[in-house]
Amino acid sequence: MTADLRTAVRDALAAELRRDERVVLFGEDIAAAGGVFKATPGLVEEFGPERVFDTPISELALAGAAFGSAVTGLRPVVEIMFGDFMALAMDSLVNQSAKYWYMSGEQAPVPLVIRCAVGGGGRFGAIHSQTPATWLQSIAGLKIVAPAFPDDARGLIEAAVRDPNPVVVLEHKRLYPVMGEIGSEPVAIGSARVVRPGSDVTIVSVMRGVHDALAAAETLADAGVDAEVIDLRSLRPLDHATVIESVLKTSRLLAVEEGPELGGWASGLVGAVAERALGDLDDVWTLTTPPTPIPYSPALEDAYLPDAGAIARSVLARLAVADPA
Amino acid sequence: MSEASSHAVAAVERGSGLLDLYGQMVRIRAFEDEMQRLFLRGEVHGTVHLYTGQEACSVGVCSALRAGDRVAATYRGHGAALAMGTEPRALAAELMGRSTGVCGGRAGSMNVIDLEHGLIGCFGIVGGSIAAATGAGLSLQRTGGVAVAFFGDGAANHGYFHECLNFAQVRRLPVLFVCENNLYGEFTPMAAVTAGGDIRARAAAYDMPAEKVDGNDVEQVRAVAERAAAHARRGDGPAFLECLTYRHLGHSKTDPGAYRPEGELDEWLARDPLTVAAAKLAEAGVPDDEVAACAAAVRAEVEAGVAAAVADPYPDPAATATEYAG
Repeated sequence: MTADLRTAVRDALAAELRRDERVVLFGEDIAAAGGVFKATPGLVEEFGPERVFDTPISELALAGAAFGSAVTGLRPVVEIMFGDFMALAMDSLVNQSAKYWYMSGEQAPVPLVIRCAVGGGGRFGAIHSQTPATWLQSIAGLKIVAPAFPDDARGLIEAAVRDPNPVVVLEHKRLYPVMGEIGSEPVAIGSARVVRPGSDVTIVSVMRGVHDALAAAETLADAGVDAEVIDLRSLRPLDHATVIESVLKTSRLLAVEEGPELGGWASGLVGAVAERALGDLDDVWTLTTPPTPIPYSPALEDAYLPDAGAIARSVLARLAVADPA
Repeated sequence: MSEASSHAVAAVERGSGLLDLYGQMVRIRAFEDEMQRLFLRGEVHGTVHLYTGQEACSVGVCSALRAGDRVAATYRGHGAALAMGTEPRALAAELMGRSTGVCGGRAGSMNVIDLEHGLIGCFGIVGGSIAAATGAGLSLQRTGGVAVAFFGDGAANHGYFHECLNFAQVRRLPVLFVCENNLYGEFTPMAAVTAGGDIRARAAAYDMPAEKVDGNDVEQVRAVAERAAAHARRGDGPAFLECLTYRHLGHSKTDPGAYRPEGELDEWLARDPLTVAAAKLAEAGVPDDEVAACAAAVRAEVEAGVAAAVADPYPDPAATATEYAG
């Protein structure tokens, strides 16, 4: 079956609601309206208002309700509408949910999922465009998944709902219409995937960046550079092994992140790879955004985001420097 | 996932008559006395927030609960834990960071969790208990149970208070919101930082039953909590209970409570919940020596538990998970 990512999200949630009576879904405008990004239409009609319901605009209460219900027997899936709003949900998610299993002496897991729409390019301005991945990436006890393709959205949502501890699902706004084949194979949290094999340089990204990297790889191929593209799919845990295996082949690593360099996952990744495989590297670098909030104007936002052209230019420039031959 | 808690079974065994409630309050008082002593000796680490003076609140409310109900408490949570049935030895060991602690020494005083006894946890950030109990209400709505949030007057100015009372009411969740108003948010008088001055009225504005009660009278607390729990169990939604009380000691171990006006503590000491209960027992004709024997037995039990915990080992770092899985 072929579907867009939006439908893959919806169908995966429906399947989990059908499979497990303990799964409940709540958030702002997710029930009657089917979600502001229309990722949850029809679910309240199928599963009823006790299991799928709209909430007040109260992110503290939403995150708290997810925690409290998860440690008492439910498996809540909560939508925080925009990733930027995660700032409001952080106390319960970080201090309550993420620490609970460890701090309690492993008395109980905290099986909750928080989904949120992230990413720039939608002309939403600085407060509806950010990706909160790196706010969360250092939190022991959290998992973060970030699908780029419809089938990974399906598989990672399945895995997230079934995971015994908190998982944040990042859904990139500009990927909801992306089409793809939907399968039924499980997708393990923390497993990256090589989405384009190549031999000259490894380009690693997540979500929208994977599509940009694939487009850049076509441009690079025309210039005689064979790029391998890796979709990390999860940002915590992070699959260093797949990246290192690739780098042993290509000896060059570019990590592309839709966010600033300092404190970003990309700089963390190149650091980790350098630590483990320095002798096998000819070059490692990152392509990130300027260190400013995300601008509104299309002219400014387009220049701010690392796109396929920027990735291709960066690789060509870097290879010329690193390998003049 | 933890099954139905056994705390209510224990409560039934202990009974819910005044002498039993008195004994439970003495258990908390004795425990806190021991913890104060052990903190000064360096056995309890970091900081500790003692519950001394507020015993009637948690004992009264928890005595109205049943098996399967759940409680979320605050960083001043030893009272709630003991009222739910946490063993003094396991609690003391936790405070001392020992492997036999109820959380294996990973949590400490502010973060005690004891699901076996229905305690979702004690929450180190003001208002956190309100969030936890509200979420538990979603689960308990399916089982006929009740979730309790204990919190202080300071939490009434927190976003969790307003968001969760509203959320619980619009979803008709079975949650008891129990505000232990001890007149001070950390070092600051409640009146100086609480607009309107009436926390009960804030809850009432969310259209839930909201009562104010003498939080140093365990029988009154129990009676109001029973009404509130019945309301929640009927499916009529949350209820609010403000217990007026006082902490005899400072906010935490570094606080001597010097900001309190002259004479205020003495007035509250005269209305010590143990004194109030003992006077009522005398009035009811319970012989003094029976009351004294009850108190002595409870104190001996606590002291024995604490002594055992002092001898317990520290956890082995090598045996503690370093990779967070789950």
